[in-house]
Amino acid sequence: MIDQLYQDIILDHYKHPHGRGLREPFGGEAHHVNPTCGDEITMRVAADGGTLADVSYDGVGCSISQASASVLYELLQGRTADEAFQVHEAFVALMQSRGQIEPDEEVLGDGVAFAGVARYPARVKCALLPWMAFKDAAARAGVNVSVSVEETA
Amino acid sequence: MTFDVARVRADFPILDRKINGHPLVYLDSANTSQKPRQVLDAMREHQERHNGNVSRSVHTLGTESTTAYEDARAKVAAFIGAPSVDEIVFTKNSTEAINLVAYASAQLLSLGPGDEIVVSEMEHHSNLVPWQLLCQRTGATLRWFGVTDEGRLDESTLDDLVNERTKLVSIVHMSNILGTINDPARIVARAHEVGALVLLDCSQSVPHLPVSVVGLGADFIAFTGHKMLGPTGIGVLWGRSELLHAMPPFLAGGSTIETVTMAGTTFAPPPARFEGGTPPITQAIGLGAAVDYLTALGMENVHRHEQEITAYALKALADVPGVRIFGPATPEGRGGTVSFEVDGVHPHDVGQILDDLGVEVRVGHHCARPVCARFGVPAMTRASFYLYTTTDEIDALARGLEQVRKVFA
Repeated sequence: MIDQLYQDIILDHYKHPHGRGLREPFGGEAHHVNPTCGDEITMRVAADGGTLADVSYDGVGCSISQASASVLYELLQGRTADEAFQVHEAFVALMQSRGQIEPDEEVLGDGVAFAGVARYPARVKCALLPWMAFKDAAARAGVNVSVSVEETA
Repeated sequence: MTFDVARVRADFPILDRKINGHPLVYLDSANTSQKPRQVLDAMREHQERHNGNVSRSVHTLGTESTTAYEDARAKVAAFIGAPSVDEIVFTKNSTEAINLVAYASAQLLSLGPGDEIVVSEMEHHSNLVPWQLLCQRTGATLRWFGVTDEGRLDESTLDDLVNERTKLVSIVHMSNILGTINDPARIVARAHEVGALVLLDCSQSVPHLPVSVVGLGADFIAFTGHKMLGPTGIGVLWGRSELLHAMPPFLAGGSTIETVTMAGTTFAPPPARFEGGTPPITQAIGLGAAVDYLTALGMENVHRHEQEITAYALKALADVPGVRIFGPATPEGRGGTVSFEVDGVHPHDVGQILDDLGVEVRVGHHCARPVCARFGVPAMTRASFYLYTTTDEIDALARGLEQVRKVFA
């Protein structure tokens, strides 16, 4: 069962993260922490019209949270707000599925490797940490990637 | 009496469990201890045969409950060598006990700007945050002892830190993260020399070693039941009688009063003054049974067993490549709580892989974030031992760490 959690894709992203490091310029930044374990992430979003021109991040944390940030970068970098919204929604739904959803690789790419994480309730927060920080950073950059943000904007 | 760990283990039903197909290896007793059948039976027996509210009923069940509740108080008093039973205040946990003293201190010590409260960098958040809040409320200043690279309290600044402005010093007796056992003698002497009070957070010491409040010389100690074989929901504040008498109630209500009119209230003497509302009766009785269990084994024997396990564990962990231990590297002046890191692997991942092998450890900042910051890590992995821990379990931990290294190689 533990192999489903620590899939090679996740370990690869953890050991060799994509797009890591905070970059300029950026339109919005958010810093999120997981108070129970001390994991931290800073996420920056640079928007160019309706496109996510750059997504950059830095943080400390476990393999799940750090690999999740790397996958997020791969999936959302250069995408339109609408596309990012779809991916974001699909990833959050997968994490909240308790392992009951078959993820769509077309939408989630390497993110499908996180299906196993959904079976470990204590680790779902780790996987979602970068995605929640991204949502806030995107909103601050003027890009809405979730229904709740759009409603309150 | 010789200490027989196999006989002790037979009293703990949960130790028969399997986790993910492996025998349970419970190495998280500093978080919460497991409970022996004797404690579980005492609580069930009370609920099934004697349940009534305490201190307010003339009927038989109420009287039996009151007697059992007060007997538990007497057992706890004897366990820590308290001069008087009335110096034992039952609380919900250590956190409430410390908050009680912090709340009452504003009035008791007439705190204001210029006064100082002293803690240490080694504290659990529950012995740090209440004092931060007290200082915010009163304008007093919070100061603290540092921690040395070896994980000891840095007492080199004692005479400067504890001075004529100091009103209260609140220090951990045994660190929940580094395992360090502090000898409070010099700090207590210095504090009393300048007229300051001393509270010791004994949450990790009372369960594991013989503790006498007279020997410690402190003015208050706080500890909790669930870390010493008792249930959750019951903690203890011990305070010197004259201080408790001078303190205002913290959570006021039924039981805390002497006379109430619509215009005002006079309050009962301690400990009732501090036990507002229906107390955790069954839990207090469970704690009393836990004290009986520990007393029958002898705290010297419990402590000696844990010292042996700790020495074995320190060596076993040091032998695993890439493992760095935080805190004292030898068993002298430390208890059976060992925190460490595995090079290149986050504690969350260490704990997850160990759990897959049935080994239950704590990961994270252990409610002592300043300690993690002091040692430059966001989190630590912690293995903590108790009277039921065996060397076989330490071997299982060491094997598990080899597996961790393999997965993250």
